[in-house]
Amino acid sequence: MEKHNFVNIQGLERDQLLYLIEMAQEFEKHPNRELLKGKVIATLFYEPSTRTRLSFETAANRLGARVIGFTDAKVSSVSKGETLKDTILMVSNYADAIVMRHYIEGAAQYASEVAPVPIINAGDGAHQHPSQCLLDLYTIYQTQGTLENLNIYLVGDLKYGRTVHSLLMAMRHFNPTFHFIAPKELAMPEEYKVYCHEHNIRFEEHEDFTPEVIANADIIYMTRVQKERFSDLMEYERVKNVYILRRDMLALARTNMKILHPLPRVNEIAYDVDDSPHAYYIEQARNGLFAREAIFCHCLGISMEEVKNDKTILE
Amino acid sequence: MIMSKKERLVAAIESGTVIDHIPAEKTFQVVNLLQLQKLSTPVTIGFNFSSKMVGTKGIIKVSDKFFTDDEISRLSVVAPNVVLNIINNYEVVEKKKVVTPDELRSIVKCNNPKCITNNEPMDTIFHIVDKEHGILKCHYCDKEQEMDKVELV
Repeated sequence: MEKHNFVNIQGLERDQLLYLIEMAQEFEKHPNRELLKGKVIATLFYEPSTRTRLSFETAANRLGARVIGFTDAKVSSVSKGETLKDTILMVSNYADAIVMRHYIEGAAQYASEVAPVPIINAGDGAHQHPSQCLLDLYTIYQTQGTLENLNIYLVGDLKYGRTVHSLLMAMRHFNPTFHFIAPKELAMPEEYKVYCHEHNIRFEEHEDFTPEVIANADIIYMTRVQKERFSDLMEYERVKNVYILRRDMLALARTNMKILHPLPRVNEIAYDVDDSPHAYYIEQARNGLFAREAIFCHCLGISMEEVKNDKTILE
Repeated sequence: MIMSKKERLVAAIESGTVIDHIPAEKTFQVVNLLQLQKLSTPVTIGFNFSSKMVGTKGIIKVSDKFFTDDEISRLSVVAPNVVLNIINNYEVVEKKKVVTPDELRSIVKCNNPKCITNNEPMDTIFHIVDKEHGILKCHYCDKEQEMDKVELV
């Protein structure tokens, strides 16, 4: 099997996304295996991201690989002025695949062009975070039984939120209807609305966040409205409590509706929602493990056949 | 007749390329993009001539040098409307226009300071996503930029 990089989500075709989702399902059935026994995975985190790193390292460990790496650029040679290219080439001597988190945009794409081993993008600045997107797609599939023809409501910071942009682009294959609910300052950028028009994705925009507006949702994808994103603090004070999801707002919700959030949340989902049957953000984070196990196998050239007929499953 | 008198201000060449209708202020950017300073054949550079097409124009005559289509396409960023007259035996034998390429490699800078291309010694690559409106997209950070607002590498 061919090895692959996993650098961005919009480069993946419909079949490839469904393939990775199917593979993640296999890992959900049996997460503990020795498929990657004898392999070494490097996790290079140029900026700290504990949640993402733990998820990738857990996925590698549960497949029997060993993990090397750094958790902060301050402790690596970057602080001595080494180029990214040199670091990547050096680590390629040691590891079978490299998971990389970087604050610079396009860093993973460049690394994939210079590295002889597969590069997995664990986030590059405000640009891409494709493993988050895959776990979001997996969660949508898992809760709805399909990715087709869904009403997806994106709420909160739609301007800077890279997860909502990635989700928008990845869903283009599945005939979705999007609803964008955001304050004016954090509205969906024009370039993504152009993207929607170009790919025949239907969308509606709302400033109100009420039970009536969300009544037809299959998925509500919440994001955090951050104070530092506002140029006008009066505007922040006005909207900070508008985009909070409370339990009483779910009265009209469809029974199949699930609430997702890339986490961490602060106050945008009230704690009384946690016990609602619609809450799904904790399970969503757990799916990150299965999605990342699938990403490792895809990148290291392990086929669906091998995953399905795996003799290394640990019970 | 007046034009022909002005034309004579710049010596005719026997064989080579005459680059005409360069917006005057872009003349030296064209010189740089085509790396004319590295040539050993005679090069005449003139600018601030009056022009009906571009106000004031520059004109460059390069003896015994014929540019490849690839080299010519580099000009699309600064002077997309220039005309290259191919000269043989003092006659114009062909007129070439700049064709906007699908990709620009190591010609313009990305205007996103957080882009990897501005933080690592490497080539820039841009895809031209909209030739009509001159929209470039960075291969690395995906930021779109307008062709007439970019900085050269």
